[in-house]
Amino acid sequence: MSAVTEGATGTQSGPIGRRMKRKEDPRLITGRGNYVDDISLPGMLHMALVRSDVAHARITSIDKSAAEGMEGVHAVITGEDLDVGAPLPMVWIPPGVEVKTPEHWPLARGEVNHVGDPVAAVVGSDKYGVIDAAAQIVVQYEELPAVIDPEKALEDGSPLVHDDLGTNKTHEWALGGGDMDAAMAEADVVVERRIVNHRTAGAAIEPRGCIAEWRGESVTLWTATQIPHLVRLFLAGELGVSEEKIRVIAPEVGGGFGSKLNHYAEEVLACYLSRKLGRPVKWLETRSENLAATTHGRDLIVYCKMGVKRDGTITGLHAKIVADLGAYYQLLTPFIPCFAAFVMSGCYKIPAVQTDIVGVFTNKFATDAVRGAGRPEATHAIEVMIEQAAAELGMDPLELRRKNFIPKEDFPAEVAVGVVYDSGDYHGTLDKLLEHVNLDEFRREQAELREHGVYRGIGFSTYVEICGLAPSRVVGPSGVGIQGGFWESAVVRVHPSGAATVYTGSSPHGQGHETGFAQIVAERLGIEPENVEVMHGDTDTGPFGMGTYGSRTLSVGGEAAGRAAVKVQEKAKKLAAHLLEAAPEDIELADGKYQVRGSPDKGLALADISLAAYVPENIPEGMEPGLEETSFYDPENFVWPFGAHAAIVDVDIDTGKVEVARYVAVDDCGRAINPLLIEGQVHGGIAHAIGQALFEQVVYNDEGQLITGTFVDYALPTAAELPSFETDRTETPSPVNDLGVKGVGEAGTIAATPTMVNAVVDALRPLGVSYMDMPLTPMRVWQAIQEARGAGSGPRATEQGRQTDEHGSGSAGSGPAAPAEGGES
Amino acid sequence: MAESVRVNVTVNGESRSSEVEPRLLLVHYLRDTLGLTGTHIGCDTSNCGACTVLMDGESVKSCTVLAVQADGAKVQTIEGMAPAGNGALHPIQEAFWEHHGLQCGYCTPGMIMAAADLLKRNPNPTEEEVRHGLEGNLCRCTGYHNIVKAVMAAAESMRSGEGVPA
Amino acid sequence: MIPANFDYAAPESLDEAISTLSQGGDDAKLLAGGHSLLPLMKLRLAAPSLLVSLGKVPGLSGIERSNGGFSIGAMTRHAEIADAEELGVTAHAASLIADQQVRNRGTIGGSIAHGDSAGDLPTVFLAAEGTVTAQGPNGERQIQATEMFKSFLTTAVGPDEVVTSVYMPALDGYGWGYEKFVRRSEDWAMVGVCALVKSNGGTCEDVRVALTHMGATPLRASATEEALRGQSLSPESIAQAAEQAAEGTNPPGDVNATPDYKKHLARVLTKRALMAATGG
Repeated sequence: MSAVTEGATGTQSGPIGRRMKRKEDPRLITGRGNYVDDISLPGMLHMALVRSDVAHARITSIDKSAAEGMEGVHAVITGEDLDVGAPLPMVWIPPGVEVKTPEHWPLARGEVNHVGDPVAAVVGSDKYGVIDAAAQIVVQYEELPAVIDPEKALEDGSPLVHDDLGTNKTHEWALGGGDMDAAMAEADVVVERRIVNHRTAGAAIEPRGCIAEWRGESVTLWTATQIPHLVRLFLAGELGVSEEKIRVIAPEVGGGFGSKLNHYAEEVLACYLSRKLGRPVKWLETRSENLAATTHGRDLIVYCKMGVKRDGTITGLHAKIVADLGAYYQLLTPFIPCFAAFVMSGCYKIPAVQTDIVGVFTNKFATDAVRGAGRPEATHAIEVMIEQAAAELGMDPLELRRKNFIPKEDFPAEVAVGVVYDSGDYHGTLDKLLEHVNLDEFRREQAELREHGVYRGIGFSTYVEICGLAPSRVVGPSGVGIQGGFWESAVVRVHPSGAATVYTGSSPHGQGHETGFAQIVAERLGIEPENVEVMHGDTDTGPFGMGTYGSRTLSVGGEAAGRAAVKVQEKAKKLAAHLLEAAPEDIELADGKYQVRGSPDKGLALADISLAAYVPENIPEGMEPGLEETSFYDPENFVWPFGAHAAIVDVDIDTGKVEVARYVAVDDCGRAINPLLIEGQVHGGIAHAIGQALFEQVVYNDEGQLITGTFVDYALPTAAELPSFETDRTETPSPVNDLGVKGVGEAGTIAATPTMVNAVVDALRPLGVSYMDMPLTPMRVWQAIQEARGAGSGPRATEQGRQTDEHGSGSAGSGPAAPAEGGES
Repeated sequence: MAESVRVNVTVNGESRSSEVEPRLLLVHYLRDTLGLTGTHIGCDTSNCGACTVLMDGESVKSCTVLAVQADGAKVQTIEGMAPAGNGALHPIQEAFWEHHGLQCGYCTPGMIMAAADLLKRNPNPTEEEVRHGLEGNLCRCTGYHNIVKAVMAAAESMRSGEGVPA
Repeated sequence: MIPANFDYAAPESLDEAISTLSQGGDDAKLLAGGHSLLPLMKLRLAAPSLLVSLGKVPGLSGIERSNGGFSIGAMTRHAEIADAEELGVTAHAASLIADQQVRNRGTIGGSIAHGDSAGDLPTVFLAAEGTVTAQGPNGERQIQATEMFKSFLTTAVGPDEVVTSVYMPALDGYGWGYEKFVRRSEDWAMVGVCALVKSNGGTCEDVRVALTHMGATPLRASATEEALRGQSLSPESIAQAAEQAAEGTNPPGDVNATPDYKKHLARVLTKRALMAATGG
């Protein structure tokens, strides 16, 4: 590990490690970005959808006549009219596990299963006119009982979301290792908690949207997606069109956070209707549609059990998870909670770790990936449990962590669930965190403030995340069961002038690929990143790629680009050797020159070599002209970033309002390519998690109505609710890839929710509050305080995901399960 | 169909005149009628601020203003922030670039326009004043950290008269 | 989301505005800043057939000292009010409304005529015992604050009347406080409390407390006022009086706040607002 301080420039003189300003920004800060909504085509029509306003019902009739008669309306279609070759895809087929899978069509067929379920599509010439027309379509429903509570949904006699499947249970899946019975028997204390990780929304500021243009036998789809190549593959099946005739373009994409890691109904509908009408068809999502029908995330109830010895040794960790998956599957819906299981060991050496998952259908929209996708849920459970256990033991929670950390010497370290962590130094990040947070001083200050009625608390979390989604043999069909490969590829093309273009299959939505990849390739080629252009997001011009998610961009896609550049460098060295009349093995690349080792006066710039390659009058015998290489890269392992975070909060105990006074993060994502981009990712991740911890929640009421259907109610934090973040890093290179990099896009989101909960609980312990579920809204915090003070006679914390009725009598308990003393019985 | 109404608006210094439906939102007038797509739309409820433009020098959410209400007004959009042609940037744009104040870029034009109003009202804001001054604009990527830093830096460079005047 | 179709008129005089409005019938609506109406129209929760804009009617904007108070033109924007420090609690409350963009468009006349109980200025208007001047086909009339708020989003302003100005007493000698509780700073008040206190040698000579978002309309916390009026002002007497702030209220619950919690907040915020108003 080497230590890094914020704001430091890279240690290298080359482009890698440089705090380089982004190449993307000039167009974006001047309003010249080109997002889907900015694209307009000649003859373009607009599509609007009629969506179900009930949670569960049979469709008895749809009267579309009034809409069809309206001026400018070109077509109105319903589920019966839509003729496509396949339902929407779900690509997880775990070997040996049955996953009940309902057919999910782009338009409902006979039954609606959630508020927002599309029932009809209207296409017309006027953007406003199609909305008017959609309002004229009359749908009659015969309402069916709505299934809302996932635990009740599993009870015998519960109404079913899908009658034909005979159950609301989607699947059961487990991952674990070690002897759990022995682990719990060995424990002196067994701590049990029911931890609710509530439903959230990705809520990218750009809603989804797409435009389909059918010309002759080919279709082009511009869509706000994280995965253009996969969308093309799915469309081929749905539309019955050969893959090469479909072009999918992800233009500028305004944020994704997992919510655009999907293939949605509207993409199919736009293509279908463009073919039917012979005109381009555009659809843009409203924010209300976004909150109702773009994937949600989290929504797990985790029954967690941790066995600990008196000396702080953790003997075992068992998580039983009930996952509310909603009514249908999107791309990876049932898999996402299972991803949590891979990091259920956290940063700790725990002999027995087990995760058992039950998925449940409810009459809500599908959950799927949202920033972190399973790993925030696992980390939340572990890191909340650690502090709960520490309190039970009367032990310092940091001491408890240190006692169980996997030591630096153990890496690569196989943990109980059977995965191998590549590299780590968990003591190192925690030590560095404590350089920024003086805990003794904080405790003194906290005690003083409490005497004045100010409730200040500190919370910590440490985390390890699995990212760099790949290798294919582990994640793919015969491993975890996702039906695909998980490599990335890149083409590096050096132009005659010595400038270069990188073509990547990885498709960004704010991460800064154009900058980071340019730095990698520039370093490998001996040129400046300003002269490297990165092309992405177009299935016709770039190589196939799996997309941007799971913090895999740099460690898989960036590594592929780096490897392609190394191949170019090798060819350039051969050519340089030929031109300099030296042996290829004597050529080195130093300070932008291909030179004979130790003779900088006799060096060639890449431009000299590329010119020779493209005007091949003097190239070695047998060498092909040109200077361009491709690399396909499938890593040997995941990469495992880690870190330590702390939050200091003030709780107004009269109102329950929580203010974040300080947030300090020390992250380790391996070698830094661009510290500026790393800090940006960490900041965004932390804010996203503080959003979940304090503000955001997708709420359906008991009838399945979506209560949080606009940004008025789905409360993203603004700048005024957040502090500036204090960030720092350590660098522990990954041995998995040549760059030594890990991922960082989700780190903040993974670490920060338990930090917040632990901080609020720390603040409120003197009042008797020992545990709280998120979201830590003012009311819920106030209720927890009342409950603790009234020793059970006051109101209890309102159950999450429930709207209380007008008189507040709908509140129900969601406190901790009673801790059980174990081991001695 | 409602009777259309003529609106005369000066947009980024250029006089524009159009017949519009009364219900046409200013943001759609700018984007669809005038082709100024730098102003974005992120919500239906005046919460996100992606559509922020300056109207007679003051920031407004152009999704909650009818085009007809802008009749006679001067509107400035992100496209009008930097002097055209010579590649120069407004100090706020410069600072967003320098301090990595954007990631996906979708909220950025609205954020920059809100910052312009903020710095006009308060050329020397504290961090807290910047945070409150931007409370009408949502960003999901940056956690606001670098946006706040950028606005503070822009304030400083504008006070010292560096870069392009506002 | 876009509004349903409507016709639009932008009269250039008050008389023309009033006649256009009355000719427009029941479905005609006045448009001031539009920041209450347009969001409802976009979500199609309101669909007027005619919008009569006040944007071009001269003389409806500005703040004037008059009659021992302030006459504020109905079209005066929240931002201008927020900057007018001499308006005291009115300026302070205006500065807390939503965000800068909304404050740049929203108007005091629109806010009070709309009468949203979650709005800040209606509460301040009620506490300050202001007066609205409205003009209709039958001429001009004054509406006292106590007469203004009838029921949910319904005020005493007639469908063919135009609010032209809002009079706010200067409240010389009163201390004030406005406490607004929100989850996020751009949100509507979960609960708000406006307190005005006139003290004489430590005794409460007059007190007015009004509540935001504690019922269908802005409300006066009469029990608190009665408990404090004529009493000596101390943290204890204030705390005791504040305990009665939610008496008689029946606040609507929502996903963020049950009625019980809102009543609790009303008590806490009343205490804080009274403390602020008494310099505590």
